[in-house]
Amino acid sequence: MKRTVPLMITALGGFVLIVAYFIPATQGWGEVAAIWFDILAAIAFVLGGGNLLKIHLKKASDRAPGWGYSVITVLAFLTTLSVGLGKIGVNPNPMYPGFPLSGDYREIGSPFWWLYEYAFKPLTATMFAMLAFYIASAAFRAFRAKNVEAVLLLGTAFIILLGRTFAGVYLTSWLPDSLFGLRIENMTITIMSVFNTAGNRAIMIGIALGIDPIWGRGRSDPCTNS
Amino acid sequence: MYEFLKNLDKRWIFLMMFLAVSVPIYIIGKTGKTFPEVPTLLAEATFQAIEELKEGDPILLSFDYDPASEGELAPMATAFVKHSCEKRLKIYFMALWPVGPQMIDDVIARVIRSDFPEMVYGVDYVNIGFKPGNEGVIKVIVTDLRELYTTDDKGTPIAQIPMMEGIHSVQDFKLVVNVSAGYAGTKEWVQYAVTPFPDKIKLVAGCTGVQAPLLYPYIPQQLPGLLGAIKGAAEYEKLVIDKYGGTNPDPKYLEAKRRMGPQLVAHILIIILVVLANVIYYIEKKREART
Repeated sequence: MKRTVPLMITALGGFVLIVAYFIPATQGWGEVAAIWFDILAAIAFVLGGGNLLKIHLKKASDRAPGWGYSVITVLAFLTTLSVGLGKIGVNPNPMYPGFPLSGDYREIGSPFWWLYEYAFKPLTATMFAMLAFYIASAAFRAFRAKNVEAVLLLGTAFIILLGRTFAGVYLTSWLPDSLFGLRIENMTITIMSVFNTAGNRAIMIGIALGIDPIWGRGRSDPCTNS
Repeated sequence: MYEFLKNLDKRWIFLMMFLAVSVPIYIIGKTGKTFPEVPTLLAEATFQAIEELKEGDPILLSFDYDPASEGELAPMATAFVKHSCEKRLKIYFMALWPVGPQMIDDVIARVIRSDFPEMVYGVDYVNIGFKPGNEGVIKVIVTDLRELYTTDDKGTPIAQIPMMEGIHSVQDFKLVVNVSAGYAGTKEWVQYAVTPFPDKIKLVAGCTGVQAPLLYPYIPQQLPGLLGAIKGAAEYEKLVIDKYGGTNPDPKYLEAKRRMGPQLVAHILIIILVVLANVIYYIEKKREART
């Protein structure tokens, strides 16, 4: 029952969306299903928060390796949640001065704005920026021209890396117009719009064709075929 | 030297990457000089899609990114908004990502409030904000925007916002512009908005570098214009500034071009590292064969 009912709801939702796509008269059904989905997505935020608390509180109470990070996660989560939900430090809206919580919680200078501007924003930007260092290190350690495929991959990577900067234009600008296509910036465009597009389309269509028979046989996971 | 390179500590690589990025930032910041850009056809098509619109046409800007990719996407978001303001379009902002509204706030403060103060909120531009549901949101608003968006981001009822008159669904916009860092983003806009209504919804987009290859299959029918990463942003920025920037454009409208400097040196560093690593690999292989 625990498994059957959710599966039936999922199947019904999928069926309604497919029917609504192909039969204009049933378009409204699809919209209703989509609205249910949006409501569920909003509830998922609450579930996500609960799950985060459950996992990290357990890790902290068990003194599992890295439990200190879990404590920081829980504290950061609860602080942001209470500041945002409680609209702490929010000024009244100028149109409704009598209502103390009527202002915008993202207003410049508000505690929530402060958390976003000086904690969330620099932390997430730092995490992303660190990729540059790890990519450089990984490229040095792992990218070897061991066989023909690796040489092709390496050559393509060099063309794209140069073609996405002014170096591409500078290095091959001397080529005559008859060899226009061999200029690095044009080779980059050719690689992206011909080879990449063809490969991606093949993968997309292949996956779509592959998923249908797998699901049709009643397999639960089309990726692992389990 | 050979032994040093063979066992190169990753901290040296980190230091080199730090210098490869920070030195160009410093030099470009000091001199203000940038590398020239030649717009590609995709950047031209994106520019033309907005350029073809008439004054007062409604344009929907969906900012689906967060601070992690702000460095890559904020310059193109700035250029999109400046272009729309210069064309005197009616701008409608929305977001599929929870921190999208903050990205919208930033761009409104940076472009509209500072350079187009005559534009009035609710009349010339509006922020209808974030709704959870990813592609579910797109699926609903392509046929009925007011089903989900009953108020704007500030809580003002949609019915009280003058520029919302006549806007009932995404099909009422002359153009949809999506700035995307992943899921939900451009792919979902293509699949759930453009594909079911190919004659009514036109989409152009700007995306991160890792996303761009996955979006090429939709070009040109479902996605006539695409700006890939900071390079695409720099090309589009050039087109906007050449036409609307005047003789001395504000540096905030040249951010993408400025960021091409660090990108150039970082890319060259990676190429040098890969070549170096392969030279060491072949020398080692030869030595092994001899012994």
